Amino acid sequence: MNVMRPMPAGQVGRSVPRLEAREKVTGRADYVHNLVVPGMLYTKVFRSTVPHGRIVSIDTSAAEAVEGVYRVVTGEDIRKVVPEPYYGPAFHDQPVLALDKVRHVGEPVAVVLAEDPYVAAEAVQLITAEYEELEPVFDEVEAVTSRAVVHEVLKPAGTFPDLKHLVGRRDTNVALDYQLRRGDVDAAFAAADRVFEHEFRTQQTMHTPLEPMVSLAIPGHESLTIHTASQSPSFVRIEIARLLGWPENRVRVVVPHLGGGFGAKLYIKLEALVACLALLVRRPVKLSLTMEEQFYTISKHASTFRIRSSVKDGKITGRRCEVFWNGGAYADIGPRVTQKSGFTAPGPYDIDNVSIDSYALYTNRPPAGALRGFGIPQLVWAYESHTDLIARELEIDPVEFRRNNILREGREQATGTAMKDAAIEAVLEDIVARMDWSKPFDRGTGPLRRGRGIAIGFKASISPTTSVAIVNVYGDGSSSLYLSTVDMGQGSDTAMAQIVGETLGIETENVKVIHPDTDVTPYDMATLGSRSTFHMGNAVKLAAQHARDQLDALARSLGLPPGTNYGPKDLFKKKYGMQAGNIVGVGSYIPDYKSPDPATGLSDNVTPFWMIGGTGVEIEVDTETGHVRILRMVNAVDCGRPLNPKIVETQLSGAALMQLGFTLFENMEYDNGQVTNASFADYKIPGIHDLPARIENDIVEAEQKSGPYGAKGVGESATFGVSPAIANAIHDAVGVRLTEMPLTPEAVFRAIRAQKG
Amino acid sequence: MDDTSRQIRFTLNGRPVTARVESHLDLVDLLRRFDLFGARESCGQGLCGCCTVLVDGVAVSGCLTLAQLVDGRSVTTVESLDEGGALSPVQQAFIDEGAFQCGFCTPGFVMMTHELLKENPDPDEAAIRDYLAGNLCRCAAYPEIIRAVQTAATRMKTAQAA
Repeated sequence: MNVMRPMPAGQVGRSVPRLEAREKVTGRADYVHNLVVPGMLYTKVFRSTVPHGRIVSIDTSAAEAVEGVYRVVTGEDIRKVVPEPYYGPAFHDQPVLALDKVRHVGEPVAVVLAEDPYVAAEAVQLITAEYEELEPVFDEVEAVTSRAVVHEVLKPAGTFPDLKHLVGRRDTNVALDYQLRRGDVDAAFAAADRVFEHEFRTQQTMHTPLEPMVSLAIPGHESLTIHTASQSPSFVRIEIARLLGWPENRVRVVVPHLGGGFGAKLYIKLEALVACLALLVRRPVKLSLTMEEQFYTISKHASTFRIRSSVKDGKITGRRCEVFWNGGAYADIGPRVTQKSGFTAPGPYDIDNVSIDSYALYTNRPPAGALRGFGIPQLVWAYESHTDLIARELEIDPVEFRRNNILREGREQATGTAMKDAAIEAVLEDIVARMDWSKPFDRGTGPLRRGRGIAIGFKASISPTTSVAIVNVYGDGSSSLYLSTVDMGQGSDTAMAQIVGETLGIETENVKVIHPDTDVTPYDMATLGSRSTFHMGNAVKLAAQHARDQLDALARSLGLPPGTNYGPKDLFKKKYGMQAGNIVGVGSYIPDYKSPDPATGLSDNVTPFWMIGGTGVEIEVDTETGHVRILRMVNAVDCGRPLNPKIVETQLSGAALMQLGFTLFENMEYDNGQVTNASFADYKIPGIHDLPARIENDIVEAEQKSGPYGAKGVGESATFGVSPAIANAIHDAVGVRLTEMPLTPEAVFRAIRAQKG
Repeated sequence: MDDTSRQIRFTLNGRPVTARVESHLDLVDLLRRFDLFGARESCGQGLCGCCTVLVDGVAVSGCLTLAQLVDGRSVTTVESLDEGGALSPVQQAFIDEGAFQCGFCTPGFVMMTHELLKENPDPDEAAIRDYLAGNLCRCAAYPEIIRAVQTAATRMKTAQAA
């Protein structure tokens, strides 16, 4: 690190290459995956083979007899270190290892510990379990009325006021019922020219980070260190401390680079298990999942969305939304998705009368949680497909219909919060202009038909959440940034260092970023929901300003005039007589927020900022095979002022291409609760050939005035419009409407055949 | 369990080495014993390319290669590319084009790009896509990867002409 030297501003808005670039291209970047410590035991998990059942017996004797097996552990053993071993961010419903019941195929039931991972893998196959099978429920709509009950009693965590009414509720699969009521929807429907109603469904998919989940716990003297591939080190510490009944300061959570996260590595995943095992056997314990095991651990919600709209004189006057979220066997963060995303279900349109009912459902599938968009892509898929269908029925150009109804700056969104710094129109118009929407379009000939489609969406930032940052200026003037934001590839290390550089007037490349280590780095709610740039960015800016103010005060105390040429190094030397000392700047940020009224779901300050994204596509459909080829994809977002334009652009195309996979082919397939394609051999993710022939990404001119240097989050925004834009384009090309994802060649072909009769 | 281990000798990034390896050990785990972590197991089925290494100059999936089979052969990993301290032109192009996000798949892409440019110093986009079709990037930095390959190709040609 070089010493601080005055620089012209311009650190922010510059496409600084990622600070860790060299480590990544040389294969030397540090992942938990690489970590081995003396005395470490490897773990392999024995998993449930039934979707719903009571555990009658577990026979571990044959596994224990394998040479090299250190110990086999079941749920009852876990109780010796944690008497009440249930965890989760919204509900304390997930056992560290199954107790009494199993609720999905793949649920952890027992583990084998061994010094050799191959021994653990062999021994785990010798464990057997007997279950008394119970009736399962898999579908989110059936779960509402099903006789099968996944959890006998609801156990919401005490931390959320809007979950309090659910405490102790029995014999229901509805983990959360969120509602919003605005205006009078029934009156709007009664007075309308036309009323439109559709149902849309999305499938369950998986994040598949290429670094599978991995955690390593090391027991110490009345302490525990957990090295983990986690997006939420502060949450891991708090939740492990709660389980153990320890103060936070006895649990240390360390996170190096992550090989992708996308929401899979949030809250607690493997950490509670390795923590309990390490305390039980008094040795370090490492658990590395395989790609297959990730599919049993967390997923993206399947969903059903019933949407009904009234239209009068080309304006949408009322909208009723019923959304059912398939949360799987454990709530994870599903109830947050249900509410925090639920209230945007009517879409970025100006509608006076709105009714929303959003339900989190338990089913006997692997749990669902956050995946890049936190429920928003499922909602946009439905409301933007619906929007296009209405426009077609009314014979209005779909762009014109959107223009007529778009939610403009200053107008109230369904919750009653006024739109501010939300460039929805700009995003729509940017896509329209670049696609030359008003010009004639070549629709193809013969079996190859062409079409185009557009979709826009928006998202509120999850709120209220806190970030804390520390900037430490050392005796030679160099500086480090301490923060618990996890750089899982989104480039946060670089962007945050740019904020420090801009604020202190130094080069970004000279700021060292200290990776999350809860013994050292301060609290951050988590790296999720595109919240870091705004929340942590503001905290980092405050910390850097605090350091700068102290440097100015130091200069004054040394009798130096304002605007002195003395750099920090010289100030320290003058003060201490040698290279010594520190200046520590601290910044803490939590935005203002007003919790929605429990009865109406209304709030005039429901989010600190809005994320806007949209996509336009031109496609070609082979009517003889149903195959859809994306000829051109145009993505546009409002991310405020981009801190690092090049990294933002990579985020845009990355998000859009990930959503392209969820749209066209990714799908967890089931046979009686068993995922049948839990591997890359059968579950295809986008490869280089799936990249559209042309892909363009645009950042519209905008500013988030409350954000650090005008910036806000962007990691998810380019996912929003992809799925409905493609469905709308298919409709445009061949006149068929798909209402269920994924839009496979088979589904397209069947729809074309059905249309022909 | 029966002892199936065997002493093997092989060349690792140009240096002769020996190791005692069990019959079931795969090449990725063998490399870990030498503190080489650039080849990584991800899908475990030879489908993602994260564990790409060269055996006698041929790119293979380390997760599908039994360690005992490299006895007497030459193994080259991503760590060989900057042994002198300087990045290879491909590595530098990946940085300049921002051709990665999380970086977990990057060594595999870098290794395959070296192989591609050895075979075809001037690949068009179709050739790049075909050659790298066996490598997956979940962050989907594919547009940047294609540009990085093109940039590396241009620079290597220029350097050769000079």
